[in-house]
Amino acid sequence: MAAESETPIGDWLVLVSENYSPLDFMLVADNFDRFLWGAVVTLELTFLSLLIGGVLSIPMALARAYRHPIWNGPVWCYTYFFRGTPLLVQTYLLYFGLGQFEAVRESFLWGPILSNAWWCALIAFTLNTAAYTTEFLRGAIVTTPFGEVEAAKASGMSPATMVRRIVLPSAFRRALPAYSNEVIFMLHGSVIASTITLQDIMGVGRWLNGRYYLAFEGFVTAMIMYMILVFAITRGFKLWETHWLGHLRARTETLAKPAVKAAALPGASDFR
Amino acid sequence: MDAIYDYRQLLFDGTIVTIELAILSALLSILLGLIGAGAKLSKSRLLQGIAGAYTTLIRGVPDLVLMLLLFFGGQIMINNIGEATGLWDYVEISAFTAGVATIGFIFGAYMTETFRGAILAIPAGQIEAGKAYGMLNWQIFTRVIWPQMVRYALPSFTNNWLVLLKSTALVSVIGVSDLVYNAFGAGRSVRQLFTFMFAVLVIYLILTAISDAGLRWMDRKYSAGVRQA
Repeated sequence: MAAESETPIGDWLVLVSENYSPLDFMLVADNFDRFLWGAVVTLELTFLSLLIGGVLSIPMALARAYRHPIWNGPVWCYTYFFRGTPLLVQTYLLYFGLGQFEAVRESFLWGPILSNAWWCALIAFTLNTAAYTTEFLRGAIVTTPFGEVEAAKASGMSPATMVRRIVLPSAFRRALPAYSNEVIFMLHGSVIASTITLQDIMGVGRWLNGRYYLAFEGFVTAMIMYMILVFAITRGFKLWETHWLGHLRARTETLAKPAVKAAALPGASDFR
Repeated sequence: MDAIYDYRQLLFDGTIVTIELAILSALLSILLGLIGAGAKLSKSRLLQGIAGAYTTLIRGVPDLVLMLLLFFGGQIMINNIGEATGLWDYVEISAFTAGVATIGFIFGAYMTETFRGAILAIPAGQIEAGKAYGMLNWQIFTRVIWPQMVRYALPSFTNNWLVLLKSTALVSVIGVSDLVYNAFGAGRSVRQLFTFMFAVLVIYLILTAISDAGLRWMDRKYSAGVRQA
């Protein structure tokens, strides 16, 4: 199945791969560029939605935490709705559902954005992650130590300055360990893009299996790639935590060897 | 809205399948979670390693990938083993079974962490006291560990259950006639996918609200006699 190669070693690899290896690794190698493009789609969708959703969640979290007279209610409804329903159905609603309305089909947004699977996935993922981020950011804002707020007031800060310089930085720090779970959840959730025709890592895996009528190769490759991404993200967050939360670490060990363990990630059970 | 009424039976049947699937996989995940927590807390390095690999694997791989791998690959693997050993004939894994197995397997890992944390929260002195009274291991488990473990585990269990319930939507991808699958078929045939997908979202919200209320009731029951600050 794999492409013909010129060197004897290549021939031998193809032979082994097709006849003796449990997985036809040469086939995966031949299509590896597709998987890399799939990884680009996955990462694009994951990180763009996290970025936009994160930015959207800040004002919403503030509205919830300070019980804004007008916005608290609507934001609560929004987060309840998006947190209580499956991401798959939210994505289907946007991608397959919107075409039901003639007004949408005739609007200027239909052609470039709303009939496009990539944009629909991005919008659905963004709305979903914004809802989750709003709620745990709200939790972090509400639990700001009162002394910090008092100190800010005593220094004569206006409410806006206090939020910008004291409350939010402190809340971001407390929310950071939980946020790594949100990032991993979003990466896991991005496989849903493959159900609306997009060629992300999972989409390529499904394509490969369908094209060559295989059961394992595409999915196993996808599985390994997702694992690598998750470990990279976990590692990145650990570094970020040691950087941001360094001053909160317990100083139990000698100065030469900083105690990194104190800022360890929460277990898998904290995952939503 | 008329279309929803016309297809109410299909939506109802789908909802029942979704609930069945969620409950069966939750039971499987509780079982795996107890075994996993036992392995993580055991003294054996090997068991700790296996349980650690299990939870790490699940954290690393998206649910849909595992589900498709199990649905398409698991069947071939089981039949290859059957053929090689001659122990069983051709087995066909239904989509429903694959769905329950995958979701149960995935949430078993989260339950492992939940139960491990809950068991660690029980003061060791109580387990020692049980031993001192000459209780057998299973007696210590059913009389000392379990009643308290449930209480400590409930908040995280609630969380896991709600995520699990939502994850069941994925089984529609492998063709189980659950709520999403049925609603999608109905919505497509009457060209009202928005209406039907919205109905699905509302049904999921109702299910989440009911389970929230149920688990709150359980929390009150298991926290009876605990002073709350």
